[in-house]
Amino acid sequence: MNGGSAALRTLSPAAAAAPPDRTLLLLLPAMAMLVLMFFVPMVLFFVRTFIEFQGGRAEFIALARDLLFSQPYLTALATTNWIALTVTLAVLLVGYPIAYYLTTATGPSGSIVVLAIVLPYFTSIIVRTFSWMVLLGEHGLVNDTLRAIGVISEPLPLMYNRLGVLIGMSYVLLPYMVLTLYAAMRSIDPLLLRAAEGLGASGFYTFRRVYFPLSLHGVLSGALIVYILSIGYFITPALMGGQHDIMIAMLIDRELEVAVDWPAAALMSLSLLAVTLALYAIYYRVTDVRRLIGAR
Amino acid sequence: MVEVDSDLAARGAPAAVGELALPAPVAAVRGAIELRGLTKRYGDETVVDAIALSIAPGEFFSLLGPSGSGKTTTLMMVAGFVRPDGGAILLDGEDIAAVPPQKRGFGMVFQNYAIFPHLSVFENVAFPLRARRWANGAVAERVSWALELVRLGRFGDRHAHQLSGGQQQRVALARAIVFHPAVVLMDEPLGALDKNLRFEMQVEIKEIQQRLGMTVLYVTHDQEEAMSMSDRIAILNRGRIDQVGPPGEVYERPANPFVGRFLGEANLIEGTIAPQFDDGTRLVLPSGHELRAPSGSRCSGGAQGMLFIRPERIEITPGANAVGGPRDNALAGRIRRCAFLGNILRYAVDVDGTAPVTVDLQSAVGVAPLPAGAPVVLRWPVADSLILPAEP
Amino acid sequence: MHRGAALPLRIYVAAACVWLLAPIVIIVILAFSGEGYLHFPPSLLSLQWFARFFGDLQWQHALLSSLVIGAIACLVSTTVGFFAAYAFLRAEFRGKKLLLSLMLTPIIVPNIITAIAMYYLAGRLGLIGNFLWLGLCHAVIAMPIVLLILLAALHAVDPNLERAALGLGGSRLRVFCRIVLPLALPGILSAALFAFLASFDELLISLFLAGVRAQTLPVRIWNSLNLQIEPTIAAVSAFLIGVTTLILMADGILRHRRGRRRQTAG
Repeated sequence: MNGGSAALRTLSPAAAAAPPDRTLLLLLPAMAMLVLMFFVPMVLFFVRTFIEFQGGRAEFIALARDLLFSQPYLTALATTNWIALTVTLAVLLVGYPIAYYLTTATGPSGSIVVLAIVLPYFTSIIVRTFSWMVLLGEHGLVNDTLRAIGVISEPLPLMYNRLGVLIGMSYVLLPYMVLTLYAAMRSIDPLLLRAAEGLGASGFYTFRRVYFPLSLHGVLSGALIVYILSIGYFITPALMGGQHDIMIAMLIDRELEVAVDWPAAALMSLSLLAVTLALYAIYYRVTDVRRLIGAR
Repeated sequence: MVEVDSDLAARGAPAAVGELALPAPVAAVRGAIELRGLTKRYGDETVVDAIALSIAPGEFFSLLGPSGSGKTTTLMMVAGFVRPDGGAILLDGEDIAAVPPQKRGFGMVFQNYAIFPHLSVFENVAFPLRARRWANGAVAERVSWALELVRLGRFGDRHAHQLSGGQQQRVALARAIVFHPAVVLMDEPLGALDKNLRFEMQVEIKEIQQRLGMTVLYVTHDQEEAMSMSDRIAILNRGRIDQVGPPGEVYERPANPFVGRFLGEANLIEGTIAPQFDDGTRLVLPSGHELRAPSGSRCSGGAQGMLFIRPERIEITPGANAVGGPRDNALAGRIRRCAFLGNILRYAVDVDGTAPVTVDLQSAVGVAPLPAGAPVVLRWPVADSLILPAEP
Repeated sequence: MHRGAALPLRIYVAAACVWLLAPIVIIVILAFSGEGYLHFPPSLLSLQWFARFFGDLQWQHALLSSLVIGAIACLVSTTVGFFAAYAFLRAEFRGKKLLLSLMLTPIIVPNIITAIAMYYLAGRLGLIGNFLWLGLCHAVIAMPIVLLILLAALHAVDPNLERAALGLGGSRLRVFCRIVLPLALPGILSAALFAFLASFDELLISLFLAGVRAQTLPVRIWNSLNLQIEPTIAAVSAFLIGVTTLILMADGILRHRRGRRRQTAG
């Protein structure tokens, strides 16, 4: 064995040196682009902002403390988490049966459901939000219809409030949940369900004891990805929310656009980024990152 | 007090008193299965074609056939997962067509085991009991009984992925019998195991079946497995049953050439059936040589036929003088080649007017095999011969 | 036996599909409205809003900006992403999963933070309103999508084909051009389409980096939505939905071809 490999080594010195795989070089352009245009600007934004801060270290710490314990920030924090949690639960409840249906459906009905998930998924977020604004406005389709059939006399406040944000964001984020759940459900062996039934379990018992526990992995991944995307959300709440629906991302934007306060924006961004990356780390542990956009 | 599932009680099962006492071998009174004209079509193709069978309580019954013969589809119809297109399935005399799978009360063992990956061994075995809403104490008692039975007593806390294939097989077995079903359905349960383990599990399954007195309907494509375990075997071919009988009978007296070949090595020597049959049936080979078989074959004179003889029934002696007696058939030939298969030597012998004849001899230490080209005489008892109609 | 779902589930899913598709369908219908304001259902139909969209110089400019920036982003991210996907599939190295998850962070990091950081750098470099730079920034966002699509698509291309070609004496470059590229082509085209779409629909980065010169369609819509909702937006939206639909259809065709190719291969 040893003698053989020694002989080989003398025969082909190139092979013995085991050159690093040159295919790895193909990673370089992508990494260079990411580093130069994504990581460097990010680090630069934080570091330079803090370095350029006028005043001493103590003042900076005081500013940070004041900011992170300020009423607007704490309110936005609570609002953000409340909205993210509600949206996550809502899309989970709405999406679970749809994903299940997709695993059983074949033929044209299945294709229609796939289209109903995928078309909104790839439609511009701003277009989707605009659609809901048209539907939910004071003179939108929903209010007009309800008034026409005499259910209400005054228009319902469906937009520029929390409800509007929840509807709009759930609509935008539902496809992520459905596609994640679908991937998890498809990997459940149908034989296990058959086995459960063959061994005397009712349909509901089979669901509770076998199907749901086996889909839990998808539930967790889906909930994480929706929560991660929710807490950083900007466009939909900015357009459809009211005065009381300021989320962190909107507060950051406001610090820049209105107050032109870079240190404040950087501090808030940093806190949001930290939470996002922590959740992403959990996501990385529990699931396959290749399922991030539901690509197969 | 333990709640007994209604389907068992309805069929006049022993009262629930006996449920907790570990069962004495049951004098099998329930678990009779009858199939009447059972049929399944997929599109234009009839995969199960009017199968009729009657399985006695406590019987170990195998459905044996090559893949695509309809054996698994038949089992899935009995289990209730596939809806028949015709015919009836009777359990202890009652038609169960309308009963959903979970109410049929069968134990089931699947190909690849179907162990629930998120549950421990204990919870896997407890699954049928919990589905029937047994109390915790009774569940614990019965599960440990079942795990002891399959010799996995200490494995209750393990998870499926911590078990070997053989152990997963045992869990599946324990799960199928834990609630004392009268009937257990098994779909190629040993298909994924290697050869040695498979033999070990065959013995174990058979022992447990006899101890518990349950009816087993067993699907396999492995003829040795079917023969070593079954009380009776049904050989399926293209959706139909070719033959039903005890292993010895189907092996020695196949109903047709397909069954003969499917159950092991077989010589099928072609010829014409002679018109007169005073002391049995005669087959005339193209070379003019005559072979005999006992009467009783369902063949008319003048038709094409085949003489069936197993390779291990044939004796081989050096020489060229092939004269058959009243009790023996004899043929002269030359050794074509010899293969050493461990316990046996398998000869292929060229004989005039027919395909090479296969002969199996016990191998013995120090005995040199006959060389290729050597003239030999093949001789076998008329009583072991069988004349079959030629294949259409 | 029980393939096909129960009736209540079917009804529920049907309702959900209506909910999912209704906003998109309604916007498309509104785009053809002949009335002066957004009212559904429109009492008469016309192409007036499309005429206004395509006739307006500012909208024209926005459309052109979107197309140019999308083309840059698509070209750069697809090229770079393809090389990376190929390396991920063919090279063995430690920390592969970690590196991949790192390369996917642009999807995860809140867009507002990405946008601000890029804005910060662009401001320093004086590149605000620069088409090329904005295209490159979009490429950063689109690259992870390209990577994920190609990882899934190239997975099916048998590495033994390459080994066989190399073994038969082809040079590395020749094998790459004659074997790898043609086999991967449907996947690459799919990825390119979605990369274009990612840039075409992107709002936040454009909002910060576009300045006055490089305003894209989404930026124009955003500005308009914040001031007053004009029906032209419905036409612009319908146009964007049309582009999305076309791209999904093209992807469907490519997927179909990929599937067929896989069948003949295996």
